[in-house]
Amino acid sequence: MSTMDGYNFAYLDEATKRMIRRAILKAVAIPGHQIPFGAREMPLPYGWGTGGIQVTASILGPADTLKVIDQGADDTTNAVSIRRFFTRVAGVETTARTGEASIIQTRHRIPEKPLREDQIIVYQVPQPEPLFMLEPRRAEAKRLHALADYGLMHVRLYEDIARLGHIAKAYDYPVMVNARYLMSPSPIPAFDNPKMHRMAALQLFGAGREKRIYAIPPHTEVHSLDFEDHPFRPIRAPHACALCRSTDTYLDEVITDDAGGRMFVCSDTDFCAERQARAAPQEAAE
Amino acid sequence: MTAPLLAAEGLTLRFGAIPALLDVAIDVAEGEVVAIVGESGSGKTTLLRVLSGMMTPDAGTVRWLGDDVHAMGEAARRRLMRTAWGFVHQNPRDGLRLAVSAGGNVGERLMAVGARHYGNIRAEALSWLAKVEIDGHRIDDLPRTFSGGMQQRLQIARTLVTRPRLVFMDEPTGGLDVSVQARLLDLIRSLSRELGLSVLIVTHDIAAARLLADRILVMRRGRVVEQGLTDRVLDDPQHPYTQLLVSSVLAA
Repeated sequence: MSTMDGYNFAYLDEATKRMIRRAILKAVAIPGHQIPFGAREMPLPYGWGTGGIQVTASILGPADTLKVIDQGADDTTNAVSIRRFFTRVAGVETTARTGEASIIQTRHRIPEKPLREDQIIVYQVPQPEPLFMLEPRRAEAKRLHALADYGLMHVRLYEDIARLGHIAKAYDYPVMVNARYLMSPSPIPAFDNPKMHRMAALQLFGAGREKRIYAIPPHTEVHSLDFEDHPFRPIRAPHACALCRSTDTYLDEVITDDAGGRMFVCSDTDFCAERQARAAPQEAAE
Repeated sequence: MTAPLLAAEGLTLRFGAIPALLDVAIDVAEGEVVAIVGESGSGKTTLLRVLSGMMTPDAGTVRWLGDDVHAMGEAARRRLMRTAWGFVHQNPRDGLRLAVSAGGNVGERLMAVGARHYGNIRAEALSWLAKVEIDGHRIDDLPRTFSGGMQQRLQIARTLVTRPRLVFMDEPTGGLDVSVQARLLDLIRSLSRELGLSVLIVTHDIAAARLLADRILVMRRGRVVEQGLTDRVLDDPQHPYTQLLVSSVLAA
């Protein structure tokens, strides 16, 4: 597909990119702190990754290779359309391979393969405010962040344990970044939270509708909130992947028929395919 | 005499043309229970809000152990509010989180000051529920399922759990029926004696003031018209307004 004429490189005009880059720099300087920015109208609806797209567009260069993940997969609607969008407006290379990408835009997952220092991961964030459900007043939530007054979040976790015996939050599990700011990791499964801790890659978060950008610089401490006697547990389905037999990756449950048939497969399609490819020649040799 | 915990002087605050406080001075010593009485609109609640740092006066200072309360930063004031101080609201719905269980309500202050052990928080919550005579098996119930008196006792437990040195109470018995009031006053008295608490209590109930307070301040139209030991003020009122107030109490 050829690049479209009439658009600036990567769709956004240079002044907008500059504004977003300034927000990103500030976000990197204060890990986990939400920076407001002037989110633009994008040619797709809110909730489809407008924040992530704007961050990606601002950091994208002609030499970059882009990978887009939607729920772990590279071939779902959101991933395909965003990848095609950047192919058309920026003409950059795209890939489905985690190892080959220099920028990875993601929704709901972090790749299973550990990221490197020369990679950047961009998260699409629907609700950047971790205290949103507890403190509806934005001004008050901001004050709580400023004073690092996060007792409220623990009250929520306490309530979960009191009622259900365990912390029930399975995704968007709140984290403390650099022992200072409480942060929403976007709706990734709690299983992925430990991957954020001291990740080698730069992590950027963009929320388009809420107009916020935040970041975690490489090798930053990220801790999931918990209690001493109820430590954080990453949750995964207790099965092996039906395709690659992995027992330590995050699994999707897939309904296969209407008679109760189901299978568990890796949610990270690239990782699963790579494992299958590696296993295939061995099986042939046996 | 040792220096007072809380010392305020020259407090003045106007709401437009209406003077809410005029040159008010007040001291609270360690372990002392001070009552502020007066009619509606006399500035009692405003005084409490100014003393606890929730409102800033037009003039005058409030000192906590020598530090100016209104000059300290908001972070320091909030820390004070959830450690050394407590505030019991007239309406328990203002002081409680109604969507959070009784145990969570009591535990909130503990978690805010850094408690991170669920078992300990829960044990502490249970022991405080017992102290305020709430049945332990209601620990996971929501406060909105509690009666008014229970909500008020829960609010007291939630406030006292971090062992504050000074508790502000804004008509804690308002809106409760007489027998519940009596039990609540009893509870406040025994807890404050047991813990050596200083209490600054606003009330329009002279009987409550006599039962609880060591000292009493009578306010009218933003001024303290009379103050002294409770028995002295109530048995031998000097100011005409205090005389009126004392004589208008119905004898049971």
